[in-house]
Amino acid sequence: MIQRVAIWLSYLGALLLLPLFFDSVLAISIFNQMAIAIVFALSYNMLLGQGGMLSFGHAVYFGLGGFLAVHALVMIEFETVYFSVVLIPLVGGLIGLLAAVFIGSFSTHKAGTVFAMISLGIGELIAASSLIFVGFFGGEAGVSGDRTYGPPFFGIEFLRDVEVYYLAAFWVFLATLFMYLFTQTPAGRMANAVRDNPERAEFIGYSARRVRYISFCAAGFFAGVAGGLFALNYEFITEENLNAATSGRVLLMAYIGGLGYFIGPIIGAVILTLMNSLLSNFTDLWMLYLGILFVLTVLFLPRGFAGFIMMHQVAWIRGKLTTLAIPYLLTGIPAGVFAAAVIAMVEMSHSESDAFNFLGLSLDPGGALSWLLMLVLASASLFATRSSLPQLRAAWEGANSLPGDETE
Amino acid sequence: MALSFTIPVSIISRLRLALLAALLSTAGLTSAQEPVRIAFMDPLSGAFASIGTSGLKQAQFAADYLFNANGGILGGRMIEIVPLDNKQSPTETQIQFRRAVSDGLRIIMQGNSSAVANTLNDTISRHNRRNPGQEILQINYSAVDPVLTEDNCSFWHFRFDAHAVMKLHVLTDFIAANPDINSVYIIGQDYSFGQVVSDTSIQLLNEKRPDIAIVGNEFHPIGQVKDFTPYVTKIVSSGADAVITGNFGADMVSLARSIIDNGLDIPIYTFYAAYDGITATLGEDARDKVHLVHNETSNPIPTEERKEFIRAFKAANPNNDVTQPRIINALSMLVQAMEQTQSTDPYDIALALEDMRFTTMSGNEVWMRGDDHQIFQSLHISVHTDEGVEFDADNSGFGLRTIHSVSAENSIVPVNNCRMRRPRR
Amino acid sequence: MLEVFIFATLNGLVTGLLLFMLASGLTLIFSMMGVLNFAHASFYMLGAYVAYSISVHLGFWTGLILAPLLVGMLGALVERYALRRVHQAGHVAELVFTFGLAFLIEEAVQFFWGPDTKNYQSPDLLDFPLFTLFGQEFSAYRGFMIAISVAIFVGLYYVLTRSRVGLIIQAAITHPHTVANLGHNVPLIFMGVFGVGTALAGLAGVIAGPVLTTFPGMALVLGSIVFVIVVIGGLGSLEGAFIASLMIGLLQSYAIASDLGVPDLLSWLGLEFARDHPLNDLWTLTLPQIAPILPFLLLVLVLIFRPTGLMGNREQ
Repeated sequence: MIQRVAIWLSYLGALLLLPLFFDSVLAISIFNQMAIAIVFALSYNMLLGQGGMLSFGHAVYFGLGGFLAVHALVMIEFETVYFSVVLIPLVGGLIGLLAAVFIGSFSTHKAGTVFAMISLGIGELIAASSLIFVGFFGGEAGVSGDRTYGPPFFGIEFLRDVEVYYLAAFWVFLATLFMYLFTQTPAGRMANAVRDNPERAEFIGYSARRVRYISFCAAGFFAGVAGGLFALNYEFITEENLNAATSGRVLLMAYIGGLGYFIGPIIGAVILTLMNSLLSNFTDLWMLYLGILFVLTVLFLPRGFAGFIMMHQVAWIRGKLTTLAIPYLLTGIPAGVFAAAVIAMVEMSHSESDAFNFLGLSLDPGGALSWLLMLVLASASLFATRSSLPQLRAAWEGANSLPGDETE
Repeated sequence: MALSFTIPVSIISRLRLALLAALLSTAGLTSAQEPVRIAFMDPLSGAFASIGTSGLKQAQFAADYLFNANGGILGGRMIEIVPLDNKQSPTETQIQFRRAVSDGLRIIMQGNSSAVANTLNDTISRHNRRNPGQEILQINYSAVDPVLTEDNCSFWHFRFDAHAVMKLHVLTDFIAANPDINSVYIIGQDYSFGQVVSDTSIQLLNEKRPDIAIVGNEFHPIGQVKDFTPYVTKIVSSGADAVITGNFGADMVSLARSIIDNGLDIPIYTFYAAYDGITATLGEDARDKVHLVHNETSNPIPTEERKEFIRAFKAANPNNDVTQPRIINALSMLVQAMEQTQSTDPYDIALALEDMRFTTMSGNEVWMRGDDHQIFQSLHISVHTDEGVEFDADNSGFGLRTIHSVSAENSIVPVNNCRMRRPRR
Repeated sequence: MLEVFIFATLNGLVTGLLLFMLASGLTLIFSMMGVLNFAHASFYMLGAYVAYSISVHLGFWTGLILAPLLVGMLGALVERYALRRVHQAGHVAELVFTFGLAFLIEEAVQFFWGPDTKNYQSPDLLDFPLFTLFGQEFSAYRGFMIAISVAIFVGLYYVLTRSRVGLIIQAAITHPHTVANLGHNVPLIFMGVFGVGTALAGLAGVIAGPVLTTFPGMALVLGSIVFVIVVIGGLGSLEGAFIASLMIGLLQSYAIASDLGVPDLLSWLGLEFARDHPLNDLWTLTLPQIAPILPFLLLVLVLIFRPTGLMGNREQ
């Protein structure tokens, strides 16, 4: 229990302290993106990770929540309604919930492929409608509002992004806490049961459909909260925030982070936001790298990054984590070199300029020497990686085996 | 296996710029002055990257060729074009805008997609209101939604391209003057620009040639149509003598190809059917059919100065063309404003740009109207052909030949709905 | 009016049959592995691009034969080295993997061929109008597309139901262990079927590339529609896929050809709304405007009211 409270307190601390260490406009902007992504990815995990419902249209709830939130901002500006903008995420959440209550009423009959296909169809329908119904969705330019016209909240007018960050941090913490608590409720537990075996869950008297419906509505609510946060941060929203690309991105986040682990989507949200905002500055091929990372994750880390970390639980408990350090380095360093060399060759074949700087090396795409160097480096490091693998495997088995096994 | 790979443009520009800066600092010890940094925000990755990267190359080349190679501006300062990749997404634009603010960039050039331009306009207005003294200037070189210089006009936004209604005035004049055209079919993507093209064409054609029948007015979703043949069937059966479309990208190519493949021999009037792979894809089939309304003549090029510029650009970027002379105009006028005021502050630049008259490389005078920050320049209609084309597009042998021109004075439209809020200092 | 109807039917047939070439492979793979292959349309795009590159050097006809083979080989490799591995982690992982693969292939195509549209031309041999009706041409190439698609359907149907290989495949789908015990190499059969399925997608790309434009977004435009067809037709049913393909092709074509819309409905009802009505966008909606999203509407309706699809007999 104390351990749990400590984890939550350090989470809160990290949220609060981050802007003190990184205070540039860019850093705050990235933190805000992360905050939105975390809530959105966690809500997606409620569906897929905990409820076993693969959705290709989760952006619908995010987007609808966001649109209504921006419309609420406009209403505040024109004094149609009077409340503080700090409640905007709640507006988004309620809309997300409403949409989920309606759509879930017919889409959660079945899980699996049927659910996935209905979510795909509805996602496409709503994305297409958003371009047709210009009055509400504002066409491809979207709708925009202004968060500073509402009544000040204890003197804060949200003129600066960092003020929005603290508001977002508050909502992120609250949303994370509630989503965690949800997993601990009977409804959350039953969601896991229905995911793993709906028949058995029915036998002990639970309606699988009802259980899925509850998870679905909760996920819609929190996706809407994320949409509200988006509206508050960017003060506008467009149709691209409810289309298939956004739905795909949240799937990527949750999966790369690790489905089934509560912390997984948070890790995924952080990684993807960083890739999107930092990597894209250095190379226009970042989407290609993202695709490769995703496919490799599905192939080799089916439980995502969180799953990879959790794999070490046994070794950690048995105090053998240190025995893994050197084998990890022996494999990791050549593997890193291999990846770097391959990336260098990809960039070289893509580049039109004469020479460019790559990790301190000056590479010339037209020169045979650069290519030769990278080819040698790549093959040497690949060989080194492969030959270090048996050692790693042995160390892994040593760290994870029971004491009795070692004597055999 | 002989697969042919066209290697697209690379932007490892940050690294390249760092390298460039290092070179400059060692080479020119005397000019240790800070560069004048201008952000260039357009899609540099993703589906629309070819247009954005082509624009970036033109901006960078123009800066180097016209100014940096001649000792820079403002007494020896170099121009540095800083690329920002907004992936043609309004959301990504917001993120990149914050990056620009964070990096201390005060001038943002942007052109592709009116949705992005509108978002940027909104965002900059808000930012400038909330952060007096740190204003940011928007140099719009290509987004043509009229609203940017009308209802949503802003002191901090300048447009260096003719807007859609101005271009349609030229186009409808041209159509109205052609007695062979008695009926027109309008087809476009279902979004604001497509709607403007449709509404304005109908209105203007009704005024100019009431006898021209509008035999079709069709909208289709952007990027969703697999096959345009069903639409072409309707065009054929309507008996139209001409087609007007505001389509861009793959929708433009597919539509034109479908029209031609189905043996329909009528002129197609477009806005975006050239360059960046489109000319090459249309090729032989579209000869003398596809027409384009645009600014700055292309073939014959009127002045030796501009020919020289194009040759130098092609020598440096063999796979690209000078597709958007307005980028060069915008940059040159910016520099002129900086030189006039000896300042790089957006407020000073904005004041100097208002009512600026400038002679372009082609020898035409352009005028930036102060009331709504809309530029006026000569507009042209050109045809896709391989005859009389000195400078082709996509290295395909095909290119644009100008067949009709309207002078800057004759392209002027009145200010309609712009009530600009002018900040005071 | 008659001409519009005839040509709308022909256009619908061409689109529908093209969709069927994709859907047939997808539905075969589904009945075999129980997973919907999200990357299926990406193999279609690869087919178009590979054939384009070949056609530049060796002409269209060489591309027509080589490109599907290459794409099919790539598909078989993907099955052998990736899908089989992910299979152990369950259906969701498989679906997510193919989703990631689709994403990756799109990026890879942009990396190798660039983001521009490609000038992929139909062969000169077929560059003449097959017939002219009411002043409209129907190109020989479109006739060729129809012929190939029909040939594929007949061939596939024959192989699956009449040939020995087809019988083994059908048996392997329903009773993989029994078939393995009879001495057949079931994993090899699966790899082969996946390869053939992707080769069919590649072939569709080869023949569609010249008319539908070869560009990096071509998979996305078609991808979800093919899904819709397979689901509407009934997962795993070849006949269902055939009927659904034609249905969707014709539905879209007729919707575009018609000029009907809400305004007609309103005037028939005698209602009228001002242009500034808040729901103006709804009152002015026309069928051509929403034609491309009709399949999704159909999908949702079918899934709600008949989750097994038209001809399907199982849900998962």
